[in-house]
Amino acid sequence: MKKQAGRTEPGVAGNGDAKHEFVTAKIGSQRCGIAVLQVQDVLAPQLITPIPLAPPEVSGSLNLRGRIVTAIDLRVRMGLPRRAEGAHTMSIVVEHNNELYSLIVDDVGEVLKVSDSSFERNPPTLDATWRAYSRGVYRLEEGLLVALDVGTLLTFQSQEEAA
Amino acid sequence: MDDLLTEFLTETVESLENLDVEIVRLEQNPNDPELLGNIFRLVHTIKGTCGFIGLSRLEAVAHAGENVLGNFREGVQEVTPDAVSLIFAALDRIKEIVAELEANETEPDGDDSELIARLDEMYRLGKEGGGPASAPATAPAEATPAAAAPSAPVKAPVGSLYERAGATSTIDAAVELMYAKAAADSEIAPLLDGVDLSRLQGHTVEYVVKAFGGPNDYFNDALKPLFAQLVANGFAGPHFNRLTDCLASALAVLEVDAAAIDEAILVFGAAEGELLSAGPAPVAADADIADDADQQAPDDADEPAAKGEAASASSSKDTSVANQSIRVNVDLLENLMTMVSELVLTRNQLLQMVRKHEDSEFKVPLQRLSHVTTDLQEGVMKTRMQPIGNAWNKLPRIIRDLATELHKKIDLKMIGADTELDRQVLEMIKDPLTHMVRNSGDHGLEGPAERLKAGKPETGTVTLNAYHEGGHIIIEIADDGRGINVGKVKEKALSNGLATQAELDAMSDQQIRQFIFKAGFSTAEKVTNVSGRGVGMDVVRTNIEKIGGQIELRSAEGKGSTFVIKIPLTLAIVSALIVRAGTERFAIPQLSVVELVRVSSVTDHRIEKLNDTPVLRLRDRLLPLVSLSHLLNLGSHDILNSGGSEAREGQSGASSDMPVSGETAGAKGTVRRSEESFIVVSQVGTYTFGIVVDAVYDTEEIVVKPVAPILRDIGVYSGNTILGDGSVIMILDPNGIATATGEITVSNPGDQAKGGVDAARSRDRTALLVFKAGSAEPKAVPLALVARLEEIDVTTIEKSNGQLVVQYRGQLMPLLSVSDDFERRTEGRQPVLVFTDRDRSMGLMVNEILDIVEESLNIEISTDIEGVIGSAVIAGKATEIVDASSYLTRAYKDWFSRTDDGQVHGQTSGRILLVDDSPFFRNLMAPLLRAAGYDVLTAESADDALVMREAGETFDVIVSDIEMPGMNGFELAREIRAEGKWSKTPLVALSSRTSAADLAAGREVGFVDYVAKLDRDALLETLSSTLVKMKGAA
Repeated sequence: MKKQAGRTEPGVAGNGDAKHEFVTAKIGSQRCGIAVLQVQDVLAPQLITPIPLAPPEVSGSLNLRGRIVTAIDLRVRMGLPRRAEGAHTMSIVVEHNNELYSLIVDDVGEVLKVSDSSFERNPPTLDATWRAYSRGVYRLEEGLLVALDVGTLLTFQSQEEAA
Repeated sequence: MDDLLTEFLTETVESLENLDVEIVRLEQNPNDPELLGNIFRLVHTIKGTCGFIGLSRLEAVAHAGENVLGNFREGVQEVTPDAVSLIFAALDRIKEIVAELEANETEPDGDDSELIARLDEMYRLGKEGGGPASAPATAPAEATPAAAAPSAPVKAPVGSLYERAGATSTIDAAVELMYAKAAADSEIAPLLDGVDLSRLQGHTVEYVVKAFGGPNDYFNDALKPLFAQLVANGFAGPHFNRLTDCLASALAVLEVDAAAIDEAILVFGAAEGELLSAGPAPVAADADIADDADQQAPDDADEPAAKGEAASASSSKDTSVANQSIRVNVDLLENLMTMVSELVLTRNQLLQMVRKHEDSEFKVPLQRLSHVTTDLQEGVMKTRMQPIGNAWNKLPRIIRDLATELHKKIDLKMIGADTELDRQVLEMIKDPLTHMVRNSGDHGLEGPAERLKAGKPETGTVTLNAYHEGGHIIIEIADDGRGINVGKVKEKALSNGLATQAELDAMSDQQIRQFIFKAGFSTAEKVTNVSGRGVGMDVVRTNIEKIGGQIELRSAEGKGSTFVIKIPLTLAIVSALIVRAGTERFAIPQLSVVELVRVSSVTDHRIEKLNDTPVLRLRDRLLPLVSLSHLLNLGSHDILNSGGSEAREGQSGASSDMPVSGETAGAKGTVRRSEESFIVVSQVGTYTFGIVVDAVYDTEEIVVKPVAPILRDIGVYSGNTILGDGSVIMILDPNGIATATGEITVSNPGDQAKGGVDAARSRDRTALLVFKAGSAEPKAVPLALVARLEEIDVTTIEKSNGQLVVQYRGQLMPLLSVSDDFERRTEGRQPVLVFTDRDRSMGLMVNEILDIVEESLNIEISTDIEGVIGSAVIAGKATEIVDASSYLTRAYKDWFSRTDDGQVHGQTSGRILLVDDSPFFRNLMAPLLRAAGYDVLTAESADDALVMREAGETFDVIVSDIEMPGMNGFELAREIRAEGKWSKTPLVALSSRTSAADLAAGREVGFVDYVAKLDRDALLETLSSTLVKMKGAA
């Protein structure tokens, strides 16, 4: 993941032709993208062990081929209401600082190739939570794609004041 | 980082650690030649290696230090504390530089000239002071290789070149320098490729020593094959000349006088022919390797200078078969360990799967896999094991510095330094240990004057002792100092607000001493540079507990203190107990589990309440309880808060044996009454508490994995793991649970006393005092009724008004005998059971107190004999149960009626129904109530009572037990309230549990009051007030 960090940095080089691949996911009704190189796995719902006393966005932990993965509910993380019990979910497994996280989303879509030319910074009016976790937005024909910043998404220090 | 530098750093840091230890030893045994040789060799190696890789600052300091050490070794200078301090200063400087090197990969700038000047001065003084007398270049035993080989040291002829060149130490240094220069020489350097420099150097030293006419015990022809290798590389005459030049300049640097240098060059130059002519001699080389291998094993500590250097240097650089050990990166080992752990887990998983199938073809191979895995695990564990001595390395130095600084005399004894434990654990106890040893030296030991005054030897001793015990390693740190002054601790605890005077007064000395483990506590009056910086034993304790260890303190004032640390051997794989709370499973490390207690309707253990706090009476202690579901907010079974009646109703049909209701209600409803629950008794330090869980499954070997960073702030988990069935489970940290549920306080002795009184109140079991009086068969009386056991001097027994009396606590106490055939003692002391009620006491004389037993009291044969309730089997013997109340009324005619006259407002006799399944209580309460003027009928079950209702009996008050087999008190109440004649009759509950919650539950079903069993006064008062109210209402 580290070695790819440079490549997944959109909109920095300004090279209009650079293409980025994103795994798209739905959080609530919003389409978001996670750089494909950061994604380790896409999972159907798994058996998750709840962790009492954990922060609300932590759904629990699960066993992914012998490694313990912490499941984070992106809806809660992004400040959206929890989904109804039993609703369909999918998970995107990413690695951050040598720890695996399973990001629970409402649905996982196709892998999209987007070019830097369609990239735009976050509009300043965007909700603060979203602004913190989004690197920017891609204007795509089928709608906007929020490029999620896995790094900040999984940095929980800021959590303290939120909680 | 450069490989060479990395290797140098590893090696040097190791050497420096050894040096600290060795030099302290040297100070104690200044004349130990082996030790001297060893130290010299270590410093020399450091110096040599520095020269090799061009670390000039280090080399200069090491060289100056080595000179002084050389003086020691040659016996021309005494090992004085000053000199040793100076050496330490040099070592410290080396350490500083090395630390910088490690961080920045370059030697820091700095000026060591002052230090070097002092060292040189010391060196010069030594040379001059002792020079002529002892120097005669005899290279005393310790200086020559002969120290190891017992053969007599060969004295070099006076004035020989060997001597003039400065004996082995200088030659050694010169050769080293020579090769260093050669290696820097662009022409020679490539030729050295593939040649083992350290061996070349070592053998060259031997060769030169011999050539110069020095002792030649260790000389062999090993140099020739090495040179042959050089020759094969293209090393020829001109190169040899350059090498000779290098030697010349090296000798010049070492201040060998010019004439000697010339001669040396001549001698060395003459060797050219011999060395370069030697053809390739593979056989010899092999022999040499073998020879080296032989040398390796014993080379550790006592190999003398020259040879030792070569061998030890080669041990890290040589990659040949000669090596018995290799350096392995710790990360690699850690990785390996993790992988083996995974393997163990997978194995466990497989085993679990195969266990389900009776005849699996996998069984046999799996068994083999299992064995291999176990062996592998053990093997890898072993690679991580290190002697605890590694953690003790620093201690002698610390103690020495401490002694110097505080002007104390301290002896440090280390026992069991080779006891092995896991690297990780070792790392974690290093600092706490250091701190504690410092503490012992600083706070624990007195100064010499004080010690002499106290009649102790001037030198104080700090003893470290390590040994294995079970799966643990025990480390004791003992001092023979002043011990812990309980008075001072008290003062400090008061002034720091850790406890109140009243709390302190109630504590035992042992409990008070525990304060030293509290945060912000330091009894040292002065804050020295050594200890007393406010972070103290609390940090030590926390660190030790973090790795699942425990620390204990024993201390006797004036005699010293001993800290005992108990830590697990390894942290990687632990055995854990899998429990369930709510619907979740959790693992609790077995290390902290003391025992498991099952709590259910049929066991003897029940959860009770102390002012809403659930506790468990376990043996003679009250155990604070923590409900796991409650703690983790899993509480879905809070039956009590949501109207107990329904919950109870649901119960009645399900189980015939119901009595738990009251008890579990005490646990705030966190325990499901319909099921049994378990209490995991855990110990954290000195604090023991119970974790209430809903179920206990199995124990499993688990690999503790750290939790994700986001979860690290939750104190109750120490990690997580994957179980055999593949699911993830959180590992609970009893330490964290204890902290999360409040202050860890020392147990309050007051609570225990209360527990004792409570003991007799349990329904199923009654504590009975068994004694012998009169006839041979044992007699028993409920312990709760007995106020005290006394032995009364028979001479003080008097007679008054035909009654035996004794003056007891300022009053006359009547003494009664159990039966007429009882013979009281005529001399010595008479055992007496004292029954007390408010200000009156009565003594029952007995022959002998036999025992105190807890038995379920089941009176099998009732009797009409006065003073006896009946017979029961107690401890396997038929025992007469004594009716204490009958003796009470015999002693004081008005014992029971007294309350009626005195306290109760107006006599209100009435008709009472007493429902209790226990014949004992019926027999005890009925006479009591009768004595109070009531008309009493008894029923032994709820059904019996209802039969009476159908028969048309009427009562003014119904008193009912709660816990009864079949229909319990609550159900009876509901039944009574529901219909029939008794629907308006006041109901009083009689139970051992009388908390607010119980009361509420009781009120709900229609009890007007709730009275503790055996609380006669409360019962009488309740009855009378109930009756008054009732009459008033009517």
